[in-house]
Amino acid sequence: MGKIGLIITREFLTRVRKKSFIIMTILGPLLMGALMIVPVLLADVGSSTKIILVVDETGILDHGLKNNDDIIFVYEGRDLKKARAIAVSKRYYGVVHVPVFKDNDIRHLQQNIRFYAADQVSLGVKSYVRAQLERQIERLQLQSQNVDQALVESVKLNSNVPLPITPLQPGTSNTDVEINTILGWLSGLLIYLFIFLFGAQAMRGVIEEKTNRIVEVIISSVKPFELMMGKIIGIALVGLTQFLLWIVLTGSIYSVFTGVVIKDKYSAENIQQMMMKSPEGTGPKVDEAAVVNQLLDGIGRINWEVILPFFIFYFIFGYLLYGALFAAIGSAVDSEADTQQFMLPITIPLIFSFVMAQAVVNEPAGALAKWLSIFPFTSPVIMMVRLPFGVPVVELILSALALIAGFVGTTWLAGKIYRTGILMYGKRVSWSELIKWLRY
Amino acid sequence: MDQPLFEAKNIVKNYGSYRALDDVSIEVKQGTVYGLLGPNGAGKTTLIRIINQITGPDQGSVWFKGVPMKRAHVNQIGYLPEERGLYKKMKVGEQCLYLARLKGLSEQEAKRRLRTWFEKFAIQDWWTKKVEELSKGMAQKVQFIVTVIHEPELLIFDEPFTGFDPVNASLIRDEIIRMKDQGATIIFSTHRMETVEELCDHIALIHKSKKILDGKLNDIRQQHRTHVYELDFRGNMPSFANALWAGAEIIEQKHQDNNHSVKLKLLGNNTANDLFKAILPVCEIVRFNEVIPTMNDIFISTVQTPQ
Repeated sequence: MGKIGLIITREFLTRVRKKSFIIMTILGPLLMGALMIVPVLLADVGSSTKIILVVDETGILDHGLKNNDDIIFVYEGRDLKKARAIAVSKRYYGVVHVPVFKDNDIRHLQQNIRFYAADQVSLGVKSYVRAQLERQIERLQLQSQNVDQALVESVKLNSNVPLPITPLQPGTSNTDVEINTILGWLSGLLIYLFIFLFGAQAMRGVIEEKTNRIVEVIISSVKPFELMMGKIIGIALVGLTQFLLWIVLTGSIYSVFTGVVIKDKYSAENIQQMMMKSPEGTGPKVDEAAVVNQLLDGIGRINWEVILPFFIFYFIFGYLLYGALFAAIGSAVDSEADTQQFMLPITIPLIFSFVMAQAVVNEPAGALAKWLSIFPFTSPVIMMVRLPFGVPVVELILSALALIAGFVGTTWLAGKIYRTGILMYGKRVSWSELIKWLRY
Repeated sequence: MDQPLFEAKNIVKNYGSYRALDDVSIEVKQGTVYGLLGPNGAGKTTLIRIINQITGPDQGSVWFKGVPMKRAHVNQIGYLPEERGLYKKMKVGEQCLYLARLKGLSEQEAKRRLRTWFEKFAIQDWWTKKVEELSKGMAQKVQFIVTVIHEPELLIFDEPFTGFDPVNASLIRDEIIRMKDQGATIIFSTHRMETVEELCDHIALIHKSKKILDGKLNDIRQQHRTHVYELDFRGNMPSFANALWAGAEIIEQKHQDNNHSVKLKLLGNNTANDLFKAILPVCEIVRFNEVIPTMNDIFISTVQTPQ
């Protein structure tokens, strides 16, 4: 094994053996798993039955408000005061008041329906109650225009357009916008976090060697550049190992989860059954199940064998590009507290690319997205955001080449700063000093 | 023995507009101890870094065993820098093994040699300790071992005794002498002049980026003779003073009854024999010796002389 191999091995092993690495490796997938599972489970648990009293002063609703699993409407005479007292004493969720309306003026009625609530009204409850009331208002309006309501209902039910998206040119894959948005965001975020996390580790490693004063001992055996590269590569391997362990662990958690917990409940058949049971063919429960089903379906349809290799490529080279710069900063300072002034110019393009990810998601094939995904300081994050939506091969190649060239460039630059910086003690270094070092 | 192991020829090194070394040449003969002296900031460390291939000279050349120095030669050098340290969180044994292997030893060979050294210093039970658990002196011992573990032909020690108590310092000194006896060549950089007098064969003094003194230790001390002698005698002081002639002057004197101590400076080309001829008739000589300047005196006077 060459000397650089020894350095890589040491950097790798000392980090992988740390408790923090093991904890992160286990915690990461658990957190990601929780991110997927908890919302689904939460939708199931925690909703107790809510009783809402209805004071319909003119009887106009004709007991037309429909209950669901969570919400039960109870018609409580025509006296608002009394109903409110009952609701308070029995701790009901609230009272809906439909007042007398003048001259059959439905508009007047719309404006004056009130919901007296005991507590904060959740968005779900409010929108459900509102939807129920709106159906009634709709019915009244149709009645006053002498339109047959049953007819309208059946027309509505038969006007559903699923709108599947088909690629304009054959050969490109068609895409689920929601899934791709989430996937693009997530992988962009991961790259962003990884570069920051492991770049900072490289920087701290260099500072440690410098403050320990071991650096001069080591560079009497190996070239400063070898020491720097050994450290950067060693840490890259740590990141890669962590990531692969995450994939494996998350994959197993996910498959257990889909296999055991939700397979039946959110299967297409089950949703069909629920639709049959539900009188209107919809309702929050059915909707939710359908969304989960779509999500699982979408996750299954993601092109993992394309996304994963690119993720690893952009992670490795994005990290290498920034890692060299982080290492150079570490070499120029005496302690972590002094890194601030140099960190900013390096973190700006990284943070910028993360901020721009929003715009790129909205228009993944736009000019902005194109250029940011080729420029090597932003491409690792931006390209990952774009990738799920499909990227032309030419742009991928261009972006990859630019990133590799960028990595060579920053490493060369960092090497020059590094070899002077690591032997410089007790001196606050300025930017102009750094530029001078390039010429030593 | 006459073959120089290491040579630096006309080295110039600039850091920006600052000239750290200005036309410095040194020649280190095989099997000798070479003292590299100079005030702080004179350029010693820069020269040592050039020898170690940590940095390159802007002008001039470095030679190892008669060939231009190459990267591979660093495996034949052991360097104990003044600014030294170890990974604090790493275990002692693991760390020694790592540093030894960086010097080109195989894993088995490194383990074997480390075991011998750990036994010699009676520190076997440190193997699994972390460096941060060691005292400064203990860490210095470990540092010394990793400097010499690959049995290099050229050893460079920059202030090797700092951080050691007297017992350990003499332990290290004995090891250095032993390695010299076994044929190692040693470059020594220190501010402790008594160590220089004790250990060095040859010295070079660097001051303000230039070499201003170079030669065998004994030659240099001879060159810096001030012709001052110490003389103890019995007899009559006034007659002694009368016997002295214009070729000698008394710098200091002490008296106790008939016993006298004087410090004399001989002027012109007069020798001790001329002195004896003059004073033998009037006194009985008890002790006589020449005051040879210490390295400390030479260092201070040379550095303070305007160049």
